[in-house]
Amino acid sequence: MDLSTTYLGMKLRTPLVPSASPLSEDLDNIKRMEDAGASAVVLHSLFEEQLRTEREELFNHVMRGTHAFSEALTFFPEPASFQVGPEEYLNHIRKAKQSVRVPIMASLNGCSVGGWIDFAKQIEQAGADALELNIYFIPTEMEMSGREVEDVYLDIFKAVKSAVKIPVAVKLSPFFSSMARMAKRLDDAGANALVLFNRFYQPDVEVESLEVRSTVLLSTPQALRLPLTWIGILYGKIEADLAATSGIYTALDVIKMLMAGANVTMLCSALFRYGIPRITVIENGLRQWMEEHEYESVEQMRGSISQMKCDNPSAYERAQYIRALQTYKSENGIKKNGYR
Amino acid sequence: MELSPDASHHMKIRTGPKGALRHSSEKKVAVMDGNEAAAHVAYRLNDIVAIYPITPSSTMGEHADSWAEGKKENIWGAVPTVVEMQSEAGAAGVLHGALQAGSKATTFTSSQGLLLMIPNMYKIAGELTPAVFHVAARAIATQALSIFGDHSDVMAARSTGFAMLCSNSVQEAMDFALIAEAASLESRIPFVHFFDGFRTSHEISKIEVLTDDDIRSMVDHTLVDAHHNRALSPDSPVIRGTSQNPDAYFQSRETVNRYYEAGADIVEKIMKRFHERTGRRYRTFEYHGAVDAERVIVTMGSSAETVADTVDHLIAKGEKVGLIKVRLFRPFDVKRFFGIIPKTARSIAVLDRTKEPGSAGEPLYLDVVCAVQEAFQQGFTHLQNHPKIIGGRYGIGSKEFTPAMAKGIFDHLGEANLKTHFTIGITDDVTHTSLDYDAAFSLEPPYVTRALFYGLGSDGTVSANKNSIKIIGEDTKNYIQGYFVYDSKKAGAVTVSHLRFSPTPIRSSYLISKAQFLACHHPSLLERYSMLDHVQFGGTFLLNSPHSSNEIWKYLPAAVAKQIIDKQLKFYVIDAFKLARDHGMGGRINTIMQTCFFQLSHILNTEKALAGIKKQIVATYGSKGSDIVDMNLKVVDAALNNLHEVKKPDALETFAHLAPLVSDKAPEFVHSVLGEMIAGRGDELPVGAFPADGTYPVGTSCWEKRNLAQEIPVWDSDICIQCGKCAFVCPHSVIRIKIYNPEHLTKKPDTFKSCAFRDRDFDNCAYTIQVAPEDCTGCAVCVDVCPAKNKSETRLKALNMQPQEPLRESERDNWDFFLTLPEFDRRKINPQVIRLQQIQQPLFEFSSACAGCGETPYLKLLSQLFGDRVLIANATGCSSIYGGNLPTTPWTKNAEGRGPAWSNSLFEDNAEFGLGMRLSLNHQAERARFLLKQLSDEIGRDFATAILLQEQKNESDIYDQRFKAAALKEKLAALHSPEAKELLTLADYLVRKSVWVVGGDGWAYDIGYGGLDHVLATGENVKMLVLDTEVYSNTGGQMSKATPRAAVAKFAAGGKPGSKKDLGLMAMTYGNVYVAQVAMGARDEQTLKAFLEAEAYEGPSLIIAYSHCIAHGINMSTALQNQKAAVETGHWLLYRYNPDLAKNGGNPFILDSRSPKRKIEEFFSMENRFKMLKKIRPEEAKKLEKKVQEDIDKKWHKYDAMARQNGTKDKR
Repeated sequence: MDLSTTYLGMKLRTPLVPSASPLSEDLDNIKRMEDAGASAVVLHSLFEEQLRTEREELFNHVMRGTHAFSEALTFFPEPASFQVGPEEYLNHIRKAKQSVRVPIMASLNGCSVGGWIDFAKQIEQAGADALELNIYFIPTEMEMSGREVEDVYLDIFKAVKSAVKIPVAVKLSPFFSSMARMAKRLDDAGANALVLFNRFYQPDVEVESLEVRSTVLLSTPQALRLPLTWIGILYGKIEADLAATSGIYTALDVIKMLMAGANVTMLCSALFRYGIPRITVIENGLRQWMEEHEYESVEQMRGSISQMKCDNPSAYERAQYIRALQTYKSENGIKKNGYR
Repeated sequence: MELSPDASHHMKIRTGPKGALRHSSEKKVAVMDGNEAAAHVAYRLNDIVAIYPITPSSTMGEHADSWAEGKKENIWGAVPTVVEMQSEAGAAGVLHGALQAGSKATTFTSSQGLLLMIPNMYKIAGELTPAVFHVAARAIATQALSIFGDHSDVMAARSTGFAMLCSNSVQEAMDFALIAEAASLESRIPFVHFFDGFRTSHEISKIEVLTDDDIRSMVDHTLVDAHHNRALSPDSPVIRGTSQNPDAYFQSRETVNRYYEAGADIVEKIMKRFHERTGRRYRTFEYHGAVDAERVIVTMGSSAETVADTVDHLIAKGEKVGLIKVRLFRPFDVKRFFGIIPKTARSIAVLDRTKEPGSAGEPLYLDVVCAVQEAFQQGFTHLQNHPKIIGGRYGIGSKEFTPAMAKGIFDHLGEANLKTHFTIGITDDVTHTSLDYDAAFSLEPPYVTRALFYGLGSDGTVSANKNSIKIIGEDTKNYIQGYFVYDSKKAGAVTVSHLRFSPTPIRSSYLISKAQFLACHHPSLLERYSMLDHVQFGGTFLLNSPHSSNEIWKYLPAAVAKQIIDKQLKFYVIDAFKLARDHGMGGRINTIMQTCFFQLSHILNTEKALAGIKKQIVATYGSKGSDIVDMNLKVVDAALNNLHEVKKPDALETFAHLAPLVSDKAPEFVHSVLGEMIAGRGDELPVGAFPADGTYPVGTSCWEKRNLAQEIPVWDSDICIQCGKCAFVCPHSVIRIKIYNPEHLTKKPDTFKSCAFRDRDFDNCAYTIQVAPEDCTGCAVCVDVCPAKNKSETRLKALNMQPQEPLRESERDNWDFFLTLPEFDRRKINPQVIRLQQIQQPLFEFSSACAGCGETPYLKLLSQLFGDRVLIANATGCSSIYGGNLPTTPWTKNAEGRGPAWSNSLFEDNAEFGLGMRLSLNHQAERARFLLKQLSDEIGRDFATAILLQEQKNESDIYDQRFKAAALKEKLAALHSPEAKELLTLADYLVRKSVWVVGGDGWAYDIGYGGLDHVLATGENVKMLVLDTEVYSNTGGQMSKATPRAAVAKFAAGGKPGSKKDLGLMAMTYGNVYVAQVAMGARDEQTLKAFLEAEAYEGPSLIIAYSHCIAHGINMSTALQNQKAAVETGHWLLYRYNPDLAKNGGNPFILDSRSPKRKIEEFFSMENRFKMLKKIRPEEAKKLEKKVQEDIDKKWHKYDAMARQNGTKDKR
């Protein structure tokens, strides 16, 4: 049975790829991922802010209060070199490349065009096989139009793409007026893959302390519907590969995504919740399901129920939405006032 | 008279080496300070470096530590072992041992540090052991401590048998470090190589760097082998350190004579060899001046360079003057010295930079008198006359020594009546020792560019100037000099940078008095310093100001405007703060002001200057990402575009007149003495203005309004829950709480805020939280700690930061009114509850500690609780600086005139100092009780018995006893017996008094530990407060034994590998010591409880208080959250060990911490001291962090088990 797939021009043993998460900050975890059957690993994200400010912040801490008081002109020994975020990250890429055989994809997370983009080149030089560019932009400005928002994404992407030769995937959020158009524009600009979707860490309100808290929530299996929808819609219509992320917990989830048209499926919350060996469990499940259902290869099922190839393309559209609601009502017996 | 370059014959005009730099390819030229210069050589020639931090020598040790950390090798290809000891005494012991075991070993020190080394110095010299101690010479604590430069320390060590070689400049600090090492090896005499603290140790200069080959060429390896062969070794054992009896000691002592007789010749020989190698010629004594000089000054150290300049100037005017530079002070070569005196000499002034009260004269003076006398006596004189010799003191404690003073001395030498023991540079109106001189005399040559910069410590002025020096020093053939005058305050520190650039070598070792360029980097400084006094006519003045070139005249103080006009200054303004903000650079205006300096000073042409600045920016920020580089590059161009010349004003009458710096209401002494010091005119105060014994009034910081805060907290009484936490944590005692009768509000200012006190026990009391607007440093710790949020707008609390300037006037009135409200009766305040306890008046206010300091809130609490009856023994360190650094002190007194009596002895003996106070109090109280019993018939038996039996456990008791003591004194005043008179002087000792010993972790864990331990063991009623910042804060963050594992500190540049000493646990083993560990930011009520219990305990108490510090690399505004994290991760455990609990059979140990609920990683990620290690050595950091977590887990289990142990009663 052939579980292999292609993604970003690379042939991968399976479509199971751990997505960018703090898990991959630890080299041992990356080794464990490979041992558990991951076909590639996306490293944790390096944030634009880290590149921009981390060293400056350290520098400021080292400089704070210096050259003011005659007895203590400085407060720290000045080391010859700092390994702030970026260098650490590059070292991490190098070490990961030495430690495992599967492809290593670096991840850069940013929201504006700036000097930090130069770092993509260093990531390439450090040996990353590909780069996932996570554009994470929350447009809060009242004056900014949707088109302008899209342009920000494209400008960042183009700047990165022109800086490196390795393939570049773009991870983005679904919050565009025209998701399809956005996908097309990135595709036209040369994106090697789209990773759908980014999860925004929406804040919560703490009512006791009267504070806004930004805690991370793990995705739930329900979250899979959104990427599934758009992968299904985009499959076959753009050249870029498609990676599915969010809500993938089981082999069945993987299968669904592949059928919708994903080249790879990315695992994050599942690994947090159930541990890295979950990859093996999912692969075994995938293998078993394919055996039972007599699939020969992943390639065979890929995109088979996409909008383009399914028997009911409208299922991906609005008409289907009304029908779904009707069905839900009758199945669950909802009364007019909304209560059962 | 002629000037001759020929230095071969001493009777011609001779000039000392000017250290001319050869810009040839094989010579390495670099910009550095004197400390680095000396350390550069010392590191390369030694295997063992034993160090201990002390200003101003600390950076020598820091360099050595950093180099060792970076695996830099010495000339033998080994990385020296650098070891920090618990004190200088320890360092000297290590050196002695290392030398005896055959290693090359060195140390760096100053002042009290050198004094602590003296016992071992006698031994090292007595055993003829080659070694060099490098000393940044500094004053010794006498009537007061001084961190500044003079020769008191080395002079105190002059009888140890060490040779003493003095260097006068940064170049010489490097050269003489090598000469001393070479001479020590050959002569077997150990050397003190010293130079002037700060003036040379901290002056930045361009020098020729000695290469490893230079160093190797000067050191005879056979001598190193010989030293090694003398090592103690069991393979060929000998014994040293015997004890000798009257039959042998004296003769043995004389055995060393021939070594000392040969010493000076050896140094001369080595200096000659050094000349051959480097081209720089030095001599043990050097003459500089006219061949036919009649008037001669003899001096040592950087002053010699100033005198040399003056000599050249006076000779050019036709005067017959000369200078003898003393370089080798010990062994003092009488013949060589005498031989160098010009034969025409008629009068000689010998300058000493030390004071030896009661002596026949200061040391160098006595040596010179002796040399001349011996020469005449023994008939080897070449002099035409028997010269008159006078001795004088100068430059003590870094007092300036200028060409004007040197000229004043030469002038005096020409007079008929000579002052035999004069002083220069001060006005002595008491014993009239001082010489008059014309202060206006100046020697600043026109071809030297002189620039002055006034900045705030936080704005990067000094860093920018250091960069400018580098640019000019490295990119041009100019000689450079950078000297920086720092503040004695920690918060809101002012820096003045003195920069000289010259095509010829710069010898001027004094501050700039006439600059061509002066920049004021902060407009508020114009109000505090008459800085334009120091600009020359037609000079350039650059002001950073928010006001435009058209409007600026309206905002200038009148005196400033007048000087600009009178001196016809070219005047420029720039709004650097706005530019910095606009370019995302926050408050860092360094690059902007630096660009303006280059643009206006014309030292380099604009293009070259810009290229230099940009190169420097790339070098500094290049590795920090191109964004930061771009930001800085952009701001360079913006600076040029926003620099505007200011045109002369049309009218002058609109100028602002300044309020006096010190209020007219201040007491006379504050006004006329301290006020002058506040205004920067302390140098002009005469001797008679100062107390003779170092005693100063308390309560003076309130007169020094520094207006440091840009924003101050503003109270919202509607939101306030009256918890008192803001006042509790305020490091500067600027947030005050009072409750009072609302009747007092009738005359309140309009904006004064008041509300009802919400407490059932205090009906009808009004409540106010008032901020001292001009004393606040704006640290915002109070806002961070405030738990009360505005329910409609959650960003607001009961305290909110608002701009100070618009509030200054009204809040000043409110503050003044607040002070008129009576203090609430202490007897009615329950001190166990913070919101009530904080009503107590602090007797420690407005210290000069860093904004947001973690130590001062504990001291304030101490002063609130027991301040009216406490003696404080304060170890040297931050707390002695912000507690007792003139001009003012934060320690104050209450309306009855009572308050803490404070003193600082030394760094190492504070516990003993406090014990002495305790014993004295006990003795006097005992004596008083004895006399009271004797006089009971006359006073009244019942009354006497009531006094003797009065309990003194709480405020009421103590008040009662005070009333009784007062009544007793009244009665005693009417009696005439000697006993009654004696008791009258002792009556106040019948009232309970406490002794608190205060110091930092450097004192308690390291240098003073032996004393602390001993005092605890005595069982005496002495309270100790350890302000544990886990590092030597005052000297700049060196490791102590309180430093936690994995923290980066100086002397632990690679992260401290060992764990923190558990001082509390050690103290608990005595069983009869009250011990508490507290962290105010984690659990304030536990802190309060511990202070009350420690005081109440009738025996020794030890409180170890976690004190966050700027040296942790944290955000000081939110530092209490760091304290919280320290406790919640188990890094810092809260506990109390109260032996009183064991008396009733209970468990004396109470663990106040809950089990750690967060991982140490979380705490580490909040502080730069831990984060840094991750950035320097990620692998090591990981390992250490894991170990720390294990430490914590273990420690928690141990302490938890201790807390769970049943008391003895339960066991039975």
